[in-house]
Amino acid sequence: MNSSGHAQDPNWVLVFACWLIASISTLGSLFFSEVMGFQPCVLCWYQRIAMYPLVLILPAGLFPLDRNIVRYALPLSLTGALIAGFHLLLVAGFIPESIKPCIQGVPCTEVQIEWFGFVTIPLLSGLSFLVISALLILTYRRSSK
Amino acid sequence: MKQKHLVIFSAIFLLVAFVAGAMLYRSQKSDESLQAYRRDKSTFIRENVPAFGNPAAKVDLVEFLDPACGTCKEFYPLVKKLMEAHPDKIRLYVRYAAFHQGSDYVVKILEAAHRQGKFRETLEAVFAAQDAWAPQHRPQPELVWNYIGGVGLDIRKLRHDMNLPEVEKIVQQGLADAKTLNVKATPEFFVNGKPLPSFGYDQLKSLVEEELAAAY
Repeated sequence: MNSSGHAQDPNWVLVFACWLIASISTLGSLFFSEVMGFQPCVLCWYQRIAMYPLVLILPAGLFPLDRNIVRYALPLSLTGALIAGFHLLLVAGFIPESIKPCIQGVPCTEVQIEWFGFVTIPLLSGLSFLVISALLILTYRRSSK
Repeated sequence: MKQKHLVIFSAIFLLVAFVAGAMLYRSQKSDESLQAYRRDKSTFIRENVPAFGNPAAKVDLVEFLDPACGTCKEFYPLVKKLMEAHPDKIRLYVRYAAFHQGSDYVVKILEAAHRQGKFRETLEAVFAAQDAWAPQHRPQPELVWNYIGGVGLDIRKLRHDMNLPEVEKIVQQGLADAKTLNVKATPEFFVNGKPLPSFGYDQLKSLVEEELAAAY
C-alpha cells in the first residue's frame, strides 16, 4: 500500500482512526475554551500539550504508512492518559487537596461540564488518550507479525 | 476512497462542524438570553444599579465590567461616544463582575461612591489610574486610594460604607448574575437582552443601531 492507495489496509485505518480521535479531541477542547468560554486549568493544558501534536504527527505516518509512527506518537498518548488519570483522581477526591498542582486561576477540581451525570472533560480526555494508545499498540503488534 | 482524499475530507468536515457548532451555540445562547430578558429583566438590571442616560430611553444597554479589566477601560470612552451619538435614546446600566483577584475591593469602593452619587467620577478616576494600581492584571487595590482623592468623596463615609454587608451582597449579586447570564469575560454587553454575536466595538455599535432602528 502506498501513499495514494485505497483506504483498506487495516493498519492504515487504525492510525487514521487515532488521527480522527485526536482531531476531534483537539477541536472539542478548543470548543470548550474558545466558544463556550471555559478557562482551561493547568492540568487541562498539560493534556493539551500531549494531544495537539498528535494531530500533526499522525498524518506524517499515514503518507506513506510508517509503523514507526507508533514509536513517536505512543509516548505522547500515554503521557496524556497518565495526566488525565491524575486529573480524574483529583476531581474524584482520591488525591488530597494538599498536592493539588494549581494554586491560582481555575482550580482543576472544578467540574465544568457533567453530561449524563458522569461525563466530565478529563474523562473525555482520558478516554481519547486510552483509545489512541490502544489502537497504536494494536497497529504495532499487527505490523510486527 | 483514496487515503489522501479521506484525510482531507475528514479534516474539512471536522472544521466545518466546529464552525457550524460555534455558530449554533452562539445563536442558542443569544436566544436564551433574549427570552430570559423578556421574561424577567431583573437578572440584567437590579434595583439601584449605577445607570447613565435617559431613564425613558428605549434601548437598554447592560454592561458587566471589572474595574481592573483593561478592555473595560478601553471601552468606557467608546460607549460614552456611542451614547452621545444617540442622545436620550440609550440607557446604560453598569453591573459589576469582579473577576480579577482583588477587584472586589475596588467594586466595593465604587458601590460606596455610588451611594454618594459619585459613581461616574469615581469610575473615571479608577480607570484613568488603572495602569498604576492594576499593572499587568495584578491589582493592588489599596493603591486606588491614592487616585480618588480629587473626586470629592467623603472618604470616611466611603470607608465605612464599603464594608457594609449590603455592599458585599451587591458584589456577590454581580458575580451570581454574571454566572446566570453566562458572562465569562469582561466587558460583556447586553442590548435589550441580546448579547454581542462576537466581541468587538463594531459588533456593539451595529447591535445598538439595530435596536435603535427597531425602537425609534
